[in-house]
Amino acid sequence: MDQVSWKINKDIIIKEESETNPDYGTPPYERPLSQHIRFGLINLDKPRNPSSQEVTSWVKKLLGIKHAGHGGTLEVLNTGKIPWCPVYYL
Amino acid sequence: MVSGILPITLEDATKATRAFLFSGKEYICLMQLHDDIKEDKLRKVLKEFIGEIYQRPPLRASVKRVLRKRTIYDIDIMEIEDRLALFKVTCESGTYIRKLCSDIGDVLGCGAHMRELRRTRAGPFTESEGITTLYDLLDATTTHKEKGDEDKLRKAIFPVEKAFDHMPKIYVKDSTVDSICHGASLAAPGIVKLTSGIEKGQTVALFTLKEEVIAIAEALESSEGMVEKDSGLMAKTDRVIMLAGTYPKMWGKDNS
Repeated sequence: MDQVSWKINKDIIIKEESETNPDYGTPPYERPLSQHIRFGLINLDKPRNPSSQEVTSWVKKLLGIKHAGHGGTLEVLNTGKIPWCPVYYL
Repeated sequence: MVSGILPITLEDATKATRAFLFSGKEYICLMQLHDDIKEDKLRKVLKEFIGEIYQRPPLRASVKRVLRKRTIYDIDIMEIEDRLALFKVTCESGTYIRKLCSDIGDVLGCGAHMRELRRTRAGPFTESEGITTLYDLLDATTTHKEKGDEDKLRKAIFPVEKAFDHMPKIYVKDSTVDSICHGASLAAPGIVKLTSGIEKGQTVALFTLKEEVIAIAEALESSEGMVEKDSGLMAKTDRVIMLAGTYPKMWGKDNS
């Protein structure tokens, strides 16, 4: 799997002219709400304590959907219950 | 102690997770030093960590603890006060910042640990564009349920295509779409336009002319090759996102 960075290349080369038939498919921002959720994603600001999995399951409940996934776990070690104990290197 | 950007994919969009899962991340980290360190020395040591580093995942990690190679693209020191250092780090996916802090502490000789961490970027997702909190989402769903107003909910959710912002794209003809939905590879005649600079073996996204995503694929040719050639397979379909039947079936006996 290649490690892509976020630099966006917007140069487009046109190979052939072609038209699209408006009878099929829908441009991404014009989908009806149910479709919008079905093919949707949320740029969520995760709060500090709950785990990524907990947050994802809340989102599922809020929207009343069956599946949801998260990209890149933000881990929750030292969730406040464990007092930090510095390790000194002597 | 960790907050920030967490992209969540819904329903069928979960298939697109791999588009940004392995992309670069940006964090703001607060590091606690265990002894007084001269600012010059700290700055020098932090600079040493830019580039390729070896990292063993920390004791409590969600992956196997074997030595891994990861790239730190940049470390930008924002503030240093007493034994606290605040810095912005951009890195490859799979880098443990908690481990990075303790390694920095080892090199300094005094020890250090991560106090606070916030992810500010994950691939195409940033804090400045359409970030939603759980409260915003609750507000949006309640407004929709009680008043039937879907505007807020619509704004809180991005179309799945957003996950492909940073990826090279190949746009295909309407007549090719359904065959790709059924898992076929992309052949040269189906290509309409494409991003420049695609290399062989790179992960690309296949799009319709209406800017909808069809599938994630592996390029079998470079951009130049795809423009030049009139026949042969150009991309191998890897993960299909669009539902089959969205576009009409244009291959096989009935349609020839």
